[in-house]
Amino acid sequence: MLELATDPGVSSLMLSRIQFAANISFHILFPTINIALCWMLLFFKVRYATTGDDNWLRVYRFWVRIFALTFALGVVTGVTMSFQFGTNWPGFMETVGNIAGPLLGYEVLTAFFLEATFLPIMLFGIERVSDRTHTIATALVTLGTSTSAFWILSLDSWMQTPAGFEMRDGVAYVTDWWEVIFNPSMPYRLTHMLLASGLTAAFFVAGISAYRIYKGDPKHSAKLALKFAIITAAILAPLQIIVGDFHGLNTLKYQPAKVAAMEGIWETEKGAPLLLFAIPDEETRSNKYEIAIPNLASIILTHEMDGELQGVNDFPDAAPPVAPIFFSFRVMVGTGVLMLLTAGFGCWYFVRKNQYPPWLLKATIAMTFSGWVATLAGWYVTEIGRQPFLVSGVLRTADAATQIPSGNIALSLAMYLSIYFLLLVAYISTLFVMANRAIRLEVNNLHVSDMQTDPAAVNGGISEKQFNLEKQA
Amino acid sequence: MIFPEYDWLPLAFVSLMGLAFLIYAILDGYDLGVGVLLPRDNQAQRDSMIYSIGPFWDANETWLVMAIGLLLIAFPSAHSYILQGLYLPTAIMLAGLILRGVAFDFRTKAPSRFKQKWDLAFKLGSLLATLTQGYMLGRYVTGFEETNAALAFALLSAVCVTAGYCFIGSAWLVMKTEGELQIRAARWARYSNLLMALGIVAVSISNLLLSDIIMDKWLGFPQVFVLVPTGLLLGFLFLLNHLYLKRVPLENDLGCWVPFTSASIIFVLCFCGLAYNFFPYIVWQKITIWDAASSRESLWFIFVGAAIVLPVILAYTAFTYRVFRGKTRKLNY
Repeated sequence: MLELATDPGVSSLMLSRIQFAANISFHILFPTINIALCWMLLFFKVRYATTGDDNWLRVYRFWVRIFALTFALGVVTGVTMSFQFGTNWPGFMETVGNIAGPLLGYEVLTAFFLEATFLPIMLFGIERVSDRTHTIATALVTLGTSTSAFWILSLDSWMQTPAGFEMRDGVAYVTDWWEVIFNPSMPYRLTHMLLASGLTAAFFVAGISAYRIYKGDPKHSAKLALKFAIITAAILAPLQIIVGDFHGLNTLKYQPAKVAAMEGIWETEKGAPLLLFAIPDEETRSNKYEIAIPNLASIILTHEMDGELQGVNDFPDAAPPVAPIFFSFRVMVGTGVLMLLTAGFGCWYFVRKNQYPPWLLKATIAMTFSGWVATLAGWYVTEIGRQPFLVSGVLRTADAATQIPSGNIALSLAMYLSIYFLLLVAYISTLFVMANRAIRLEVNNLHVSDMQTDPAAVNGGISEKQFNLEKQA
Repeated sequence: MIFPEYDWLPLAFVSLMGLAFLIYAILDGYDLGVGVLLPRDNQAQRDSMIYSIGPFWDANETWLVMAIGLLLIAFPSAHSYILQGLYLPTAIMLAGLILRGVAFDFRTKAPSRFKQKWDLAFKLGSLLATLTQGYMLGRYVTGFEETNAALAFALLSAVCVTAGYCFIGSAWLVMKTEGELQIRAARWARYSNLLMALGIVAVSISNLLLSDIIMDKWLGFPQVFVLVPTGLLLGFLFLLNHLYLKRVPLENDLGCWVPFTSASIIFVLCFCGLAYNFFPYIVWQKITIWDAASSRESLWFIFVGAAIVLPVILAYTAFTYRVFRGKTRKLNY
């Protein structure tokens, strides 16, 4: 231990990994909501244009403000990400810069500028441009967020399952861009992520709309948003299970060590059981407290009773840490099951009974951020599962890290963590402040656009004085 | 051809990257400057100032991502060398950019009692970003030397860049606002105009003293015939600004765009001077652009895309500026 503590290389590596994990975990929360929320906003806008129903405009106006807030957080944390490659992972760019560089470059060229330029028209342009131009701007921002996901997922998939390149003097050179971009795991990973975004946004919209109804929002628009979000979730959840299964098979083919860790299989075996619960132990290289269903892992992954699955021990020096992957995978699947149940019940009550019972309302509020939990857990499975490599079989994480003194990294890490903590608290509390404000607007029968023009409305449909009185009371 | 034996692609990319940094300095320069100038004593003026940059700041900041992205794509080894050399100021700059980027949205959405705190975060975040950017520029120009002279130069550069951003920021406000705020902005612009002029003279002299190579580059023949008129043009622009800003507002707001336009020209001239100093290095006296360039296939792949997409980006950027043209109004949504 003493050696570890005094070796600057090792602690710089650890701190860099923690910092990158913290940055990317915090960053991904916001695009995950916004990729799909933008499609939903486009849907609301088009529905309003085709039906003329004012409720759709109310839904649009409420959610576009939340979209803007989420977008701002995504932008600032994304700018931070773009610097991390150079500051903390110089070996990454020096080894695979020929591939990662252009993919990231195309993201900036085709996505960032599009989003950043048309978002203001989407937000503030409603009085300055025609309705059609405004809808087009919304569509372009949607296109931008999804294009951004395309390039990032392409790069991440390439790091998982690299293809279309050759190594010369320790540097990767591209032989075929098509193979680089559409590498073997890319279609599965992209679809899985887009559906994850859809589910995250659906539960986010459903949760906050349920909160509004629960707190006594009298208007139809909150119920409309809830119904839309729950039906969307009920469609996407089963789809995600199917796509997740395909993605798993793809991973088994290209990254068997990751699947072994996900399933908690140490020794290669035939007819492997599905572990519902266990505590994997790296010391003894075995599991404690197993609760298992015999043969099920083999059936799911090989579609045969006695299908052979490789164990972690088959990959000396190239196996990821088992416990974090094992648990993250179960958190992801568990949250997914809860999502399926909530959406299923919700859909049934809406379609069959045309009502939404109070217990389900509370459950939906509890599920507001379930998408974040599932998405983060899923990313931990896939990213930790690639260890000890940064690019599978090409570049080890340890070889890419910076040589900067660990004190500097510790300092920046502490700074990032405190800012992120502050922002997360501010973000979540502001969401509910905005929801409460919207309720007060609806109670007082003001239009959503009054939220800014009417000075009283800024404090939620009542004047500052009343607001303070209310607080004292 | 000056370097006939070299590939032209790295040259194209260093030009593109330079262009991206220049556009960034002008565009994010004005909105950072507006952030730094936010007054403590007047909520209405703070609101107007933030409305004036609201539709633009995000796209402006994207040019930084673009410039750093181009450095990363085209010159990966220089990218890691530079960013590791600037580790802490980069982290602090990012903290500043995070603070101001979110403060813009939170200030109107969080409970109103927090509004002033977010405004302060906006101002402090902007100030952190401008100071660290200036400091980084100074460190970069001196090739990351650790001498006292080099560090003092970096500190001087931090102050000068901040003054420059304040100048272009207040020039933006002169163009986009009216009434009391416009007059106030003209006063800010006059002070920062003087400060920037002093800064440019100071930086130029210390630059010449720092290195013989730069001295030869500027004071030899026939370069001196470019240097003298450039200096005269700069002097003319500073004087023009000074005289104009004293008289703001003119009847019908005549020439309200003059300070902003001349600020942009000053930025371009300073930038060209810097680029001329540096060429052909990407890390001063250590790495040339040809040493650091990526593989030809990768550069070609992104070059084709950039050649197609960049004009489109410039076109729709112009479109946004057109949509939000004229004096600033309240932002409703």
